[in-house]
Parts: sequence; structure tokens; C-alpha cells
Amino acid sequence: MSEQGVDRSKRQFLTTALTVVGAVGTGYIAVPFLSQMQPSTKAKAAGAPVEIDISKLETGQLLRAAWRGKPVWVLNRTPEVLEILASDTAKLSDPSSQESEQPEYAQNEFRSIKPEIFIAVGLCTHLGCSPTFRPEIAPNDLGDDWNGGFFCPCHGSGFDLAGRVVSGVPAPTNLVVPPHRYITETLIIIGEMNTEENA
Amino acid sequence: MKKKYLTGCGTWVVNRFPLTKLWNDHMAQYYAPKNFNFWYFFGSLALLVLVNQFITGILLTMNYKPDAGLAFDSVEYIMREVPWGWLVRYMHSTGASAFFIVIYLHMFRGLIYGSYKQPRELVWIFGMLLFVALMAEAFMGYLLPWGQMSYWGAQVIISLFSAIPIIGDDLSLWVRGDYVISDATLNRFFAFHVIAIPLILIMLVFMHIVALHEVGSNNPDGIDIKKSKDPWGHPIDGIPFHPYYTVKDIVGVSVFLFFFATVIFYMPEMGGYFLEDANFIPADPLATPEHISPVWYFTPFYAILRAIPDKFAGVIAMGGAIFVLFLLPWLDRSPVKSIRYRGGIYKKAILMFVISFVGLGYLGMQAPTASATIMARIFTAMYFGFFLLMPIYTRWEKTKPVPKQLTEQPSIEDRIPGWIETANEMVKEVPVEKEGKTVLQKRPDASGIAKVLIRTAKNLKSSLD
Repeated sequence: MSEQGVDRSKRQFLTTALTVVGAVGTGYIAVPFLSQMQPSTKAKAAGAPVEIDISKLETGQLLRAAWRGKPVWVLNRTPEVLEILASDTAKLSDPSSQESEQPEYAQNEFRSIKPEIFIAVGLCTHLGCSPTFRPEIAPNDLGDDWNGGFFCPCHGSGFDLAGRVVSGVPAPTNLVVPPHRYITETLIIIGEMNTEENA
Repeated sequence: MKKKYLTGCGTWVVNRFPLTKLWNDHMAQYYAPKNFNFWYFFGSLALLVLVNQFITGILLTMNYKPDAGLAFDSVEYIMREVPWGWLVRYMHSTGASAFFIVIYLHMFRGLIYGSYKQPRELVWIFGMLLFVALMAEAFMGYLLPWGQMSYWGAQVIISLFSAIPIIGDDLSLWVRGDYVISDATLNRFFAFHVIAIPLILIMLVFMHIVALHEVGSNNPDGIDIKKSKDPWGHPIDGIPFHPYYTVKDIVGVSVFLFFFATVIFYMPEMGGYFLEDANFIPADPLATPEHISPVWYFTPFYAILRAIPDKFAGVIAMGGAIFVLFLLPWLDRSPVKSIRYRGGIYKKAILMFVISFVGLGYLGMQAPTASATIMARIFTAMYFGFFLLMPIYTRWEKTKPVPKQLTEQPSIEDRIPGWIETANEMVKEVPVEKEGKTVLQKRPDASGIAKVLIRTAKNLKSSLD
């Protein structure tokens, strides 16, 4: 090709200008394309609070409910369990729930509003499996150190009956306690914050 | 007259499209080394399985419904009410496992004959990208039946993204399209599984083969056949891919189809390894099955994830176990390609690697007990040791002299007399009373068996040197 009469700087300018305009255009079209995969308005709106009636929940029993498509547990703990929870904190990695997710009013040693009623999202903080409820003490498969708790069958994380994670397992933090409040003594609403001063 | 008309048509096409050139470049005049052995079947078999997945996959989409409320039932509908639906579904589900068996053997071939080494680094890289795309394809496909294992498997794998600091939670939300695995997730996985990833797979297969045909195939001796050519410019040790290897591959295809059909017709679930038991229960977002594990082909990587007692480090280790394979061409410093001429240290390293990979695969299927976790940690260390120490031990290794031309290995026919002799060595003839007569009968001979065992052990040991 003849190089005669070629304005190199003009050619360079046009190439650069086209590249920049093209890149900006690509950026603009990338926004709707990528945002299209975000949760839809319908999915965002589906997080309505749910009510749970615990009047029939006996001591030692676990009740499962669904909130935002996730399992929510309500556990009625025995006094013996509370005793263990208060004393046996040596092998926990976050015993006072500093690093974990819970409403402020549940950041206490039992991680609950009422000591005996424990409410948590039943998904392991590691990779989101639902741990199994293993309240028995020192069962064969979990070893002598097991003082009752939740065990995740997927990757072997253990939690005590306050959802506090045992150290040396893959799960990084304690089980999440969802925002919740008592409407009456036996009726709980999950997904709304507690507005009372001292619950 | 008719022949002339056909030739005219052929010429018309050839003048407009390089049909003859393509055929010659990639089949009739593509010279492949003449000593391909058993291990070289798996490339063409992978292509066969890919075609199987495409055809059966297209048929399945005609009756499958990507909807959280309908998906599980639509699969059962295919199994029970669509004519031959069960066959197409089992061909597809068995094909997924067959794909990984073939690909793992194909990759192992590359490992033992140094097929990833210069000048085939890009062939290896494209192959690794294919492997990653295949894993994505298999993972997304496994969600579609919307069984318990589909649901919780996807939950675990998508949660892996949330381990990434800062952007992790938003990223996993974006991948799911909802706060939990839901209809939105199922629908987009369907889109990826049937459109996006298959397109990527086809493109990568094309690049894999183009890159291979540019540099030429490696062989069990790891010798460059282009170095010695005949007067016509063809490699002396090469034979045209067609008809020699196309015909040879038909044998491989027949044997493969024999096993493939056996699984499809007699054990389509393969005892829970190809289709897991828990996946015959519809997805339940509130309860994880007692024992969850991925399908067998993911378990080695899954075991690595589980072995690390830290969420983010576990994810990094699992990703690293795949990423380190990409670096293989540059980790291996040995001047020799094929295991036939490499030093004992590399053979032992490969043996350790195979043990750790199979071990991890087994542990990934088991429940996470304390002793299993310790074993998984040892195997994980072995797995990474194989790769990360490779630059050191491949420099030490004492290689054997590589011949200039391809060697001839004894064929099965050549070996049979030796096997018969060994078999005879292990028995002795003993006189036995039978119906009043004394006859000589063959009985196992303890000292003969011991001799053979000792010799086999010695041969094994020397073959590792």
C-alpha cells in the first residue's frame, strides 16, 4: 500500500477516538446485561416477615419454619443445656459473638431474647448447608467432646446449642440470628426488629 | 454422464470453499505418529461423548421444564411417559460421568507422556479451559432435575463465591439472582447449560484441535517425528490420520460403547455414583440430606475444600488445585517428555499423585469424620507437593537417553507366550486318584507362585527407577 499522503496523526486520532467511544458503549450496554441477573423486584419483595406460634413447643424440642426461603429454627432449651452453654466456652471460636451476625438484643451468652428460646437461621455460615440437630452428649460419631449442638453433615462444622461455632472447623462465624420479636409470650415474628427497650 | 455431473458439483463447491484442503490438512494428510497406544483413544472418545451429550441434550429440552415448580416432575415425565425418554435421559446422565472418565484418562495421558510440554503448551491450556468449562457445564446441569442433591449441591458451590472478601456476598447474590437458590437460579442455569457453555465448549474444542494440528501430536516416546522426514517431506514415523487412526478409533469406539451401553441398560444410577440417591427426592430448601456429596467427578476437589479448616483458604485451595494444572508446562523442568525415558523420581511422583487424587476422590464421598479429615489433609499436601515441588525434583531427575526414532513395543500377541509360561510356572502337575485311575491334574504350586510374585515385585520396582 502506498504510504504517500497518509496523515498518520489523524489516523491515530481516529483509531483512538473510535476505541474510546467503543469502550464507553460497551460499558453502557454491560450495565443492563449484568444487572439483568440481579434479583428481580419480585424476588426482593418476597422477604415478608413470618409468624411462629411456639405455644406447643416443649422443652428440648426444635421447630423448623421458612423465612425468605431459608430454614429458621426455634429451639426450646432445657436448663441443663443453658448451664453447659454458660460454662463450656473454651473450645468456641467466637463465644461472645463479636464477629457474628445477630440483632443487638441477641448478642448475649445465650444469643436470644429469652434464655431458653433460641432462634437462628438454620444455614451453616460456611457454605450454606442446613446443619443437623444433635442435642445428645458425646455420641459415638461425634466424639467425647460433643456437648450437644448442631452438626453440619456437608463439611463437618459444629455449633453449640446457642449456634456458636466450634474452633477448628471450616465455618467462620456463629449461626445467624434473624431479627425477631415477641408479639405475645408464645407468638414470635421473624423478620422484624425488637422495638421494646428491655426484652 | 452422471459421474461427470457429480464431479462438476464437487468442483463448484471446491472453488468456493476449501473442502479438500480442510480434509487433507486435518485428516488425509495430517501425519500422526505411528505408535499411538491405548491412551490415545480418549481424545476421539471425548468428541464422541460430546456429540452424545448434544443430541440427547437437545431431545431432553423438548420435554424438560426449567421451572422450580415443574422441573422435578418434568424429569419424571420424561422417564415414564415420553417414548424412549428414559433412554435419552440415561444416555445424557451416564454421558456426563463417561465424559469425565474419558477426560481424566485423556489428561493422565498428557501427564505421563509429557504432552503439555513445549511446543504443546497452548494445546494443554485450551484443554484445561475445556476441563473448567466442562465442570461448569456438569455442575449447572446437575441442578436441573431439582432434586435434593441438585439443590444443596448448588447451594454449597454458589456459597463458595461468598467466601471472596468484600465482593463475595454481592457476587453470590448476582449468580443466584435471589437470596436463596430458587426458580431464578434454576432458569439461568438452564440458559447457561443449554446455550452459553455448549457454545464455549465448541469454540474451545475447535481451538484445541487447531492448536494440536499446528504443532502435531505427541506420542508415547515423546519424540518429535518431524525431525526425520522421507524424500516427500512426510515424517518417516508418521502415518496419515485417515484412514489409519480413523479406523483404529472405531475399535476404541466399539469397546467404549460396549461399556457405555452396559451402564445405560443395567446400572444407569451406578449404585448412586452417577445419579445420587438423594436426587430422587424433590428439592427441599428447609432440610439438607443427612449425607451430601457431589457427583464422583468433583469429589477430589471437594475433599480438598473440606480438608482446609478455613472458609476462604478452603476455596482458594480448591481453586488452586485446578489452577495449578494450568501451570504444568512451566513447572516441569525436565528435558524429556515421555515417562519411558524419565527418571525414577518422576515415576514415583506420578504414583504418589495418582494415589492422592484417587484417595481424595474417595474421601470426598465419605462423611467428614476426624480421621478422614486428617487423611484428606495428607492427600492434599501430596497433591500440591506433586505440582509445587516439580520445578525442584524434575531438575534432579536422571533421565534415560531418548532414541532418535520411535521404538517398537511388543504387542499383545508377542506377550502371550510369556504370560502362558508364567501361568505354567504357578502350577504343578500332581497325580490324583480319579475313578480308580491315576491322572495328572494341575494344582497351584506355592513355591512357583512365590517366585512369580517376587519377580513381579522386582520388575515393578525396577520399572519405577
